[in-house]
Amino acid sequence: MPSELVYQYFRQAKLPHIWCPGCGHGILMKDVVTAVDNLGLDRGKVCIVSGIGCSSRAAGYMDFDTIHTTHGRAIAFATGIKLANPELTVIVITGDGDASAIGGNHLIHACRRNIDLTVVVFNNNIYGMTGGQYSPTTPTGDFGTTAPYGNIDNSFDLPDLARSAGATYTGRGTAFHVPQTIKLIENGIKNKGLSLIDCMSVCPTYYGRKNKKGSAVDMMKWQRDNAVDYKKAQTMTEEELKGKLIIGEMYHKEMPEYTAEYQKLIERVGGAK
Amino acid sequence: MAYKRFALLQGNEACVEGAIAAGMRFYSGYPITPSTEIAENSAVRLPQVGGKFIQMEDEIGGIAAAIGASVAGVKAMTATSGPGFSLKQENIGYAAMAEIPLVVVDVQRSGPSTGLPTSPSQGDVMQTRWGTHGDHPIIVVSPSSVQETYNLTVRAFNLSEKYHTPVILMMDEIVGHLREGVELIPAEELEIVNREWWPERERARHPYRMEPGQLVPKMTPFGGGVGYNITGLSHDGEGFPTNSNEKTAELMNRLFDKINKNLDDIVTYEEQNLDDAEIAVVTFGGAARSVMGAIDKARSMGMKVGMFRPITVWPFPEEQVRALAKKVKHILVVEHNNGQLVLEVERLAGGSCPVSLLGRMDGSVIKPDEIVEKLKEVSK
Repeated sequence: MPSELVYQYFRQAKLPHIWCPGCGHGILMKDVVTAVDNLGLDRGKVCIVSGIGCSSRAAGYMDFDTIHTTHGRAIAFATGIKLANPELTVIVITGDGDASAIGGNHLIHACRRNIDLTVVVFNNNIYGMTGGQYSPTTPTGDFGTTAPYGNIDNSFDLPDLARSAGATYTGRGTAFHVPQTIKLIENGIKNKGLSLIDCMSVCPTYYGRKNKKGSAVDMMKWQRDNAVDYKKAQTMTEEELKGKLIIGEMYHKEMPEYTAEYQKLIERVGGAK
Repeated sequence: MAYKRFALLQGNEACVEGAIAAGMRFYSGYPITPSTEIAENSAVRLPQVGGKFIQMEDEIGGIAAAIGASVAGVKAMTATSGPGFSLKQENIGYAAMAEIPLVVVDVQRSGPSTGLPTSPSQGDVMQTRWGTHGDHPIIVVSPSSVQETYNLTVRAFNLSEKYHTPVILMMDEIVGHLREGVELIPAEELEIVNREWWPERERARHPYRMEPGQLVPKMTPFGGGVGYNITGLSHDGEGFPTNSNEKTAELMNRLFDKINKNLDDIVTYEEQNLDDAEIAVVTFGGAARSVMGAIDKARSMGMKVGMFRPITVWPFPEEQVRALAKKVKHILVVEHNNGQLVLEVERLAGGSCPVSLLGRMDGSVIKPDEIVEKLKEVSK
């Protein structure tokens, strides 16, 4: 029996989704609508903006005003929507490649502005839609179709990147840790500023198979067994943290928000109606 | 502060004033010579009228944010030049495919690559038409004076709202930096077109579904409580991705039809001294200024010369140029490039009359005397 939320917030005629069996994206997509529902937001004022890739097909299933944009540009489109109408709750659904490779510039500058967007990264450590190429979050040493001898790139820690660029709320969830991830997204939406939630998905089809991670269930068990809460991680040594996945709320700070600051500017120059 | 009704302005400044009169309340872009004054003036003027300006991190972000603002129901513009125009191409295609009203200004400069950033050129004629990948319709208008820049910017917004399509205002360094007297006709004296949307939510949920005879979608601004989808993927009438060849053909044909079936409304041009002309000079934008001077001189020397100037460069005034080629003995195309518009003129002349080119790609302006010399040469 599907959850009532599925009937309430998804476009029934568009389901089932296109994701592979075992993909974590469906869980994460439901986490997003659960967060919206928990916050009691007026859904008519919620916009979902996505880029290109597996993650970004989520927009088409979610019954809000949704826009599936160009590769890497979701955050830039979202910046235009939010600044044009600051009343809207704008949620960006993006992937690791979409957000931090081709869209990396938009990501860091949206963080720098602290514009009120909630960026939810469905992070599967790989380019799934194109068949398993390494991404900026593929761990060093792992394999992809374009890293046939092992990836020699270093990887991004997305919440770290966002925080240092100026984001005011960051955290990491996983496909396994559903209640925690929903809470992080809720807090991200509530934060008046740029929030980034790095949501670790599982990609058994490409990342998992290329790296001998087992089935989708095995990959989620790995998330269960290796996740360490951010606060606890602060008390652990580098050695103890080796091979662990740090999750939870990582940063929250109240800072002036971009669209509110622009409104003040309009008032200052006498343009307010 | 706002200017008085009559002002001495650069083309770039007039562009911003025209845009605001047309209802622009959002500008996003990235600084680039020789279009930067459009960004600077938008930064000053938009907040004064309650609008928003944002300097984005790059050219791609500049157009993406403008499309986003338009999706939220606010008339939006971005401006650029040369290298920046190259960077914007993908999202021009997005706006064409998703049918988002948008004005993109390209103040052309010498290329390729970084080229001569402060020098005039008209080398983007074909890029405005074909710059983004895939078949797509596009509307491109090109002013040759500061006044026309003002008026055409208004028209560019009107066309984009009416046909739900990106419209490119193809300027050049000559017109962008030219200072001339201009009448800033106030909005209430102008025809201003605003997009429409379906009043009932159930109908509005399917903005790309057409009624009989309808060619242009009606899209509710985001936040209107409708809940519909926009995508750059090939989509069906419901706005959702489709792999169907049939539905793709339906979409693509409609995208072209909405432009091609309205050429009378979209295509504009100027004719000067063509009644008795034996030679027609076809030119556009800043190059037309030298041509006008050359024609006066040539006429005073007894040559029967006239000018045909496409104001709408794309779709090109095909019927008019075809007829022109049958009427005159020779067509001379004058453009600041190595021969782009001339290809279209040759195609349409189809052998009815010889077609010559006076082109230039060294960053200098073609002077009236050079045109007169060329006219003498072709009239032999």
